[in-house]
Amino acid sequence: MATDSSSVGADFLRAVLQGAPPGAVYALVALGFVLTYQTSGVFNLAFGAQAYVSAAMYFKARLIWGWPTVWAVLLSVVVLAPLVGLALELLIFKHLRSASAVSKLVVAIGLAVALPNLFDIITSFKPASGVTPVGVVPGGADVFYSVFGLYRFSRNELVDMGVALVAVIGLGAVFRFSPIGLRMRAVVESARMTELNGIAASRVAAFSWALSSLFAGVAGVLIAPRFNTLGSSDFFSLMVVAIAAAAVGSLASLPLALAGGLGLGIVIAELNTFLPRWGTDSAWVRTVQDNLTPSVPFLVLFAVLALVPGIRRAQGAGDPLSGVEPPPTARAGRPDPRRAMAMRLLGAAVVAGGGAVVLTRGDQLWVYQVTQAVVIAIIFLSVTVITGTGGQISLCQGAFAAIGACTVYQLAVRYDMSVLVAMLLGGLVAAAVGAFLSLPVRRLGGIWTAIATLAFAYFFDAVMIKLSWVGGGAASLLRGTAVPRPRLGPWDLSHENTFLVFAAVVLAVVAAAVVALRSGTFGRSLIALRGSEVGAQSIGISAARTRLTAFAVSAFIAGLGGGLLAISQRDVNYGANFTPFAALFWTVLVVALGSRSVPGALIAAAAFALFEPLVLGGAVVGWLTRERHPLPSLFPIDGKWLFILFGLAAIQFARHPEGLVEYGLSGRSRPARPGQPAIGGNRS
Amino acid sequence: MTSALEFDDVHAGYGPFRALFGVSLTVAPGEAVALVGSNGAGKTTVARVASGLVRPTAGAVSVGGVAMTGARPYRFARAGVAHAVEGRSVFATLSVEENLTLSFRRVRGRAGVRGGLDQAYESFPALARRRHQRAGNLSGGEQRMLSMARVMVEVPAVLIADELSLGLAPKIVAELYDDLSRLRAAGTALLVVEQLVGHALELCDRVAVLDHGSVSWTGSSSDAGDILAAGGLMGAGLAGVGPSGQAPLDHEKAGL
Repeated sequence: MATDSSSVGADFLRAVLQGAPPGAVYALVALGFVLTYQTSGVFNLAFGAQAYVSAAMYFKARLIWGWPTVWAVLLSVVVLAPLVGLALELLIFKHLRSASAVSKLVVAIGLAVALPNLFDIITSFKPASGVTPVGVVPGGADVFYSVFGLYRFSRNELVDMGVALVAVIGLGAVFRFSPIGLRMRAVVESARMTELNGIAASRVAAFSWALSSLFAGVAGVLIAPRFNTLGSSDFFSLMVVAIAAAAVGSLASLPLALAGGLGLGIVIAELNTFLPRWGTDSAWVRTVQDNLTPSVPFLVLFAVLALVPGIRRAQGAGDPLSGVEPPPTARAGRPDPRRAMAMRLLGAAVVAGGGAVVLTRGDQLWVYQVTQAVVIAIIFLSVTVITGTGGQISLCQGAFAAIGACTVYQLAVRYDMSVLVAMLLGGLVAAAVGAFLSLPVRRLGGIWTAIATLAFAYFFDAVMIKLSWVGGGAASLLRGTAVPRPRLGPWDLSHENTFLVFAAVVLAVVAAAVVALRSGTFGRSLIALRGSEVGAQSIGISAARTRLTAFAVSAFIAGLGGGLLAISQRDVNYGANFTPFAALFWTVLVVALGSRSVPGALIAAAAFALFEPLVLGGAVVGWLTRERHPLPSLFPIDGKWLFILFGLAAIQFARHPEGLVEYGLSGRSRPARPGQPAIGGNRS
Repeated sequence: MTSALEFDDVHAGYGPFRALFGVSLTVAPGEAVALVGSNGAGKTTVARVASGLVRPTAGAVSVGGVAMTGARPYRFARAGVAHAVEGRSVFATLSVEENLTLSFRRVRGRAGVRGGLDQAYESFPALARRRHQRAGNLSGGEQRMLSMARVMVEVPAVLIADELSLGLAPKIVAELYDDLSRLRAAGTALLVVEQLVGHALELCDRVAVLDHGSVSWTGSSSDAGDILAAGGLMGAGLAGVGPSGQAPLDHEKAGL
């Protein structure tokens, strides 16, 4: 190839300059992430939501109310952002100080789902399409400064980079050298021990949250102009990219987070510059370019997980005084057998009665919605396996389900295979992917599993689903991703009622398998690992192998469910069903209602598919009051309530990991009889 | 004369589990009291109540004559109570110097930190050599040294020392007890929780025996020593490791 070297050098330099501004944006979010993790000990997946709240408030004040920039910034960043942080600390995290990192992570996921929707409803905010968010900087997008005649920075970009740099230096200094920084770090390790030093830990923690939330606000307002419309899912996906940058510094180092962010931005820009140049004559380079560039952050994250041993130690020292906390109410408090049997019979009666009514009396819409609930329940059972039994947080169940769905689509369209066989194969493919995915994280566990699976979900979303041999590529844009309904012996499953019965049978089989799995050796091993990894390994359980199997089994169930969902909807519908942010809500919902039991998953699925039409849509009240549309006239109903209610319900996970259903059933554990020292009550 | 630390019929526990059943205990200013008892007798809970970590469910706690019942731990600390907790009692993620700075900064202000550090390093030269290391990387003895350095410089009114000797070499234990007697000479009231009774009896004026969450015997150290020699006293508590001595069931806490 005849390219003179000076132009290669110039291009390289231009790409560096070009990559720096997006890199600075990643860095801003990564810094906020490290800041929250270091000052509160929470792996705060709600950081993107906090940034969104400030950005949306700014948008509303500036563009809808027409406030001047200064006032809008004051309201959204200086006032609202710290208040959000304070509220999170006082209402939620204050009470979870000695909860495990994974529990706090789950709480943060719940908040990531609930916060933006709560904000939208309270302020009746709708991100107006067509109105591009305006930046804080006057003329930010219109005024340019040329550097060496190579690249022209917009004012916005310069401000982003400046703020990132100032933040690293300023926050770093606060952290290292100021008394409040020292106190914040002390509180993260042990709030109680900090108090023994005469320092009011609650005030320090409140300050931490206000500070990190303020930073989220700054980042949100600065980043907003990069999006065409303001949506919380964009902030969330940006945050996932930023996690890769933060992971470069093991979530501990601010300068390394900055370097990681800038590095990501620049590497992507270099790839975009040089790959097309080499790819002029060969088509495959183009394919590589199209897929490599968006996957860089996730490759980086996986590389860090697999190659940097230090992150295993970065999980920090536990609170030596956590023994002061009352012991958690034991999940072992089973309801008494007669009551359990009664509940089981009642549940079966409700299911049978409901099923009969829907099958005989329901119209097409209701049969469809109940079918959705049944199919989703299969997918939710995969969460029961991995999270409830295995104690791992997997955030890529959506991707596994999508793999199942796409396999069904591909095999049915290309090879004219029976969709039912394809569904089983889809589960197997998903299981293989799940097993492979668990390789880098199987020894890490904890929050890193959540991070890695989240990264995979976005990797699937950004790269894989666009491939022609996965999601159908360009062909699917033209012809859709249609999936046929099969015939099974004498039954024609294209009939909705028959399909509902078929789906219910599959669900029953999967549910029985999950129950059998849990009570078998494998399930016991998983439960032992969840209780104490060291203890389990000391009796000969291999943590790595057990986790790998758990991932594979869970992915198989998710893939199977995903395939069935595609068959039921006669289409893959990736965008509507399986996107990472949508699938995040699955985990939230199952965890909120009960990830440890099959009924928990079933009720979660019912809530997912039927909550809106039944409760929010007013069907129940309508039936009670014999009116057709009673609810909308009573109060304004919004589907977002679903996310708010269950997002907030997930918060109780730290205290009651068994979920609402089981907690409600078992009642409260009986206190020890007064007058007798309780076994295990005291440790001296 | 007001007592440095006083428990009046204190009941306390952890959630549904009760650990103390009407403990009454007084430590006079400058006095040293040894709290002994078997595993699970409630010694650590007494120590935690005395520094505010565990709130009593009934009864009253006062420090220097001031009622402190239900106050947060930092109030206890500001009232002059220092608590060297059982096991790791330093911030593992902070450096040695930061550990010391954390407490000196509050008491002495910005200007006083330097002086406090110098004083600490002078008394404990081993710490000076490791001042920039993470405290979590110190040996058990050095960690104890670090937590002692804190109180040796900033002498508290009351020191609660919980199982200082746990897991340490005899030589280091002896050094720690030397430090404690120096503190005593400086006027600190001591509440020493111990399972190794020998050192504690030597240091302390009085002994309180805790058994199943209440004080079963109090008396002077010499009496306690005599009875111990005769093999009688400890039947009240030390020998009887009953069902209450079992390890706490915290398996649920470890994972999800």
